Amino acid sequence: MHIVDGALSSAVVIGGAVLTVGGLALGVRSLTLEKLPAAGILSATFFVASLIHVPIGPSSVHLIMNGLAGLVLGWSAFPALFVGLLLQAVFFGFGGLTVLGVNTLNIALPAVLIGLVCQQGIRHANPRIAALWGALAGSGAIALTTLCVAVALLLSGQEFIPAAKLVFLSHIPIMVIEGLVCAAAVYLIRRVNPTVFASLEGHPA
Amino acid sequence: MSSLLGLAQRGEAEPLPVLCRLDPRTRIIAACAFAVAMVAVHDFRALGLGMVAALLTMAAARLPVMATLKRMVMMDGFIIFMLLMLPFTVPGPVAFTLWGWPASWAGLQQAAVIALKANAVVLALMALVGSQEPSTLGHALARLKVPVRLVHLLLFTVRYLDVIHQEYGRLRVAMKMRGFRPRNTLHTYRSMGYLIGMLLVRALERSERILKAMKCRGFTGQLPLLDDLRYRPRDGWFAALWLGLLLLVLALNWSP
Repeated sequence: MHIVDGALSSAVVIGGAVLTVGGLALGVRSLTLEKLPAAGILSATFFVASLIHVPIGPSSVHLIMNGLAGLVLGWSAFPALFVGLLLQAVFFGFGGLTVLGVNTLNIALPAVLIGLVCQQGIRHANPRIAALWGALAGSGAIALTTLCVAVALLLSGQEFIPAAKLVFLSHIPIMVIEGLVCAAAVYLIRRVNPTVFASLEGHPA
Repeated sequence: MSSLLGLAQRGEAEPLPVLCRLDPRTRIIAACAFAVAMVAVHDFRALGLGMVAALLTMAAARLPVMATLKRMVMMDGFIIFMLLMLPFTVPGPVAFTLWGWPASWAGLQQAAVIALKANAVVLALMALVGSQEPSTLGHALARLKVPVRLVHLLLFTVRYLDVIHQEYGRLRVAMKMRGFRPRNTLHTYRSMGYLIGMLLVRALERSERILKAMKCRGFTGQLPLLDDLRYRPRDGWFAALWLGLLLLVLALNWSP
């Protein structure tokens, strides 16, 4: 969900940039020598995941997977998703430059929050229950992201209120799909190699 | 290097356009200044001048015209919807009515202003910064005092984008060979989830091998950035030209 340049008020743009710098500082702190390659490659993986289109009705949507990013990367989701958005803006013309802070905040803050809330759940002994937590993470992150986008629009002007409501309603099917995809991904990771979820924690597995 | 990000793939023999011989830092700063100036103005003459300047910059960078313009106008669906709704949500004198809904001049104007700003900024960004190698962007950001860990993360991401994308391509081919076709079914969403999960598992295993290989070669957490970025006289000329353009944009905005 990329907001473009020129749509938001200066206060929102500056506020978003300041908060994103804070998030980046927190996220970068944990990127030590041991974790840098893993973080970089996982960041690339989430970039590729965002290029995947899944069918929805007669059309298709691209995945965001920020919930899963939060589960795997923790606070490092901030710099990882920022790098992705920067590359998308510069090389794909997607999003914008002055809104980079707001866009990063909208995607990465929900990722980090969801990661904190669901990190115990996805470690549940039963992979099926872990997958349910994965579904919650996938849907919850998109719901929060949509909410953040709506708030950014609302704070910028009264005339955006209908658009903000529409953004939220039109993303409900996407929340469902991201939940399903994220649940399946968590289930598979639990079955194949659960250390993925601990890859960026204090002691590398 | 990166084919996924490479809009500007050039042959070895082809001479670099003048714009691309500028120092990468000059181009990044120019793009940022342009974005701030365009977001600050609201007059149509100023916005028009900015758009023309962005188009000329694209031509000077010799980017493929149609592909670049297509990327410029691509926006998220909800942004397009928002722009289309603005004439109907902004109060003001009525321009026309559509199925009984009045559209205001003020709303039309606001939608046009946002569209012009967004497209001009993105076009200038792609022409100035997107026309160089992604790794050069990383080096230039490091020289502009962006924290080195963030730059390293960017360089790692760029380095492995194509690798992961090819891995994704192999997995998709394997799925296709087994008769998978994306539909509106639970099976599709589950398969997509497994696909992403598998990508992550393989990515992590790859990163462990890479870390070991890098340690064997003496990696200490620092990637020495070898480059010879240097401001030259032409950077000064370009900066003067660009500053003049931005001042003209601002002057047009505040002149009656």
